[in-house]
Amino acid sequence: MPDLEELYREIILDHYRSPRNRGELPVPPAHRVEGFNPLCGDEVVLSLEVADGQLRDIKVAGSGCSISQSSGSLMSAAVKGQPIEEVRKLIRTFKTMMTVHEATLADDDRTTGTEDAPAEPEPVDLSSMGELAALQGVVKFPVRIKCATLSWNALTQGLDEVAAEAS
Amino acid sequence: MADPVSSRDPLDTEIVRKDFPLLTRTVHGHPIVYLDSASSSLQPRAVLAAIEQYYETTHANVHRGVYATAEGATALYEGARRTVGRFIGAPDPKREIVFTKNATEALNLVAHSWGRTNLGPKDVVVLTEMEHHSNLVPWLMLAESVGLELRYLPVDGQGRLDLADLERTLAGAKVLAVSAMSNVLGTINPVPALAEAAHRQGAIVVVDGAQSVPHQVTDVKTLGADFLAFSGHKMQGPTGIGVLWGRRELMEAMPPFLGGGGMILDVALDHFTPAEPPWRFEAGTPPIAQAVGLAAAVEYLTAIGMEQIVTHERLLTAYAMDALHDRLGDDLRIYGPPAGGDRGGVLSLAYRDVHPHDLAQVLDQFGVCVRPGHHCAKPLMRRLGVNATARASIALYNDESDIDTLIEGLGHVGTVFG
Repeated sequence: MPDLEELYREIILDHYRSPRNRGELPVPPAHRVEGFNPLCGDEVVLSLEVADGQLRDIKVAGSGCSISQSSGSLMSAAVKGQPIEEVRKLIRTFKTMMTVHEATLADDDRTTGTEDAPAEPEPVDLSSMGELAALQGVVKFPVRIKCATLSWNALTQGLDEVAAEAS
Repeated sequence: MADPVSSRDPLDTEIVRKDFPLLTRTVHGHPIVYLDSASSSLQPRAVLAAIEQYYETTHANVHRGVYATAEGATALYEGARRTVGRFIGAPDPKREIVFTKNATEALNLVAHSWGRTNLGPKDVVVLTEMEHHSNLVPWLMLAESVGLELRYLPVDGQGRLDLADLERTLAGAKVLAVSAMSNVLGTINPVPALAEAAHRQGAIVVVDGAQSVPHQVTDVKTLGADFLAFSGHKMQGPTGIGVLWGRRELMEAMPPFLGGGGMILDVALDHFTPAEPPWRFEAGTPPIAQAVGLAAAVEYLTAIGMEQIVTHERLLTAYAMDALHDRLGDDLRIYGPPAGGDRGGVLSLAYRDVHPHDLAQVLDQFGVCVRPGHHCAKPLMRRLGVNATARASIALYNDESDIDTLIEGLGHVGTVFG
């Protein structure tokens, strides 16, 4: 029986109540990307400032449940100032952590267009995840995985768009 | 203080609850508290038994075979049509009830078949701001392809239709399409008065009865409807079946909706002749077992008594609204009108600033089933200024203890997100 405490850990509630990197950046130079969950109406708006192969700055706006909003906050804290390669690696690791049950969700393909879940998720080293590991409790609540991955999918999309513009 | 329901309740909920097998299960160690009947209701044993018996003894395709079970299946299916028709006061139950796959398909049938035949550029269709997407998107689709003018009756601050401009809005309209009861606010709309005003303009009246038919005494003549759509699974029937009632002369002038077997009199390589209504609108093998189950649901509701159900739900709704207010005060907001005659048992809730998704998640730990989301009414959500609400909805098998558990769970929401 999954416990509520596993889902609503203190770190998550803290990021929900006091979100980090909240706001938007001027476009340009920043790139703006939106993520939307049509099932519950949650939305996240990311402003990304990419330069010299680094995610120089990131701001998170939008509205939604504690899981979607805290995940965006935790993500922004983890990726801000990181080299793009590291950011993409972290996205993959996070998605793997969240994909444990995702394949069993019947509405998977319908609700997300940017999903690229690996068929065989590899075990994730949670000690390398820092505060993000707090979100692992979400996988026991399959319906909420979409909430947790909302901003990460938006980040992937945003980085892809920035890369496409640059090439 | 919230008035206890039991002394005045015409239903003995303890006995009613025994009819619903799903209510015996537990969720996370708690007895289930099912407060999501506006989304889909539970089925009594009588409905499940009717479906099982049909499959075990009578199953065959309808309108085709000459052998005994085929005739038996046809008799059950056509009998279901009459049972359902009588339940809503249809003047000609045999010929005016069309079985569809759900209420949504029934409304699409009207917009497509009646709409495309009778509406053209600039024709006015009047809707309301509180419509479910199923009575909105089909008209938006029709507007896109034929160029309608869509007008909306607004919703006022209490969640009722604002009728100040009714006459002007209806002026020259060809259709009024309106929900008899809001699936978000619980508002019971004054359909008879609206229909009278619409008919004065020469408009036809399409009523979405998905929420009202399970919870009100329904008579299409009193409503003043020309079409009425509703769904089986919201009224103790199975999923996979909806109903369209339409006035016979309107349906006789309508072209088919879907084409295929069962809906024709004759087919040649270069033409076809459609069957009479209602069969004209039932292409392919219809939902036979579901019709049998729906008829059993109607018989179950009739045996209990719709008037008794209405009274029970009205008392329990008033109890719920009072008790929620008594115990949670200003932390809780209930959208829609105050308890009373125009207020059904649909309670859209906001608790402090807790997101409905989180609220429903905590309630689930108490075995309480409520629905978070936009409830397929996004324009209304925008009107209310929210993305979503958490909706608790009442049916004949709910009682005070369900409401008390809901309140206990909401108190815990405060603890988690305090």
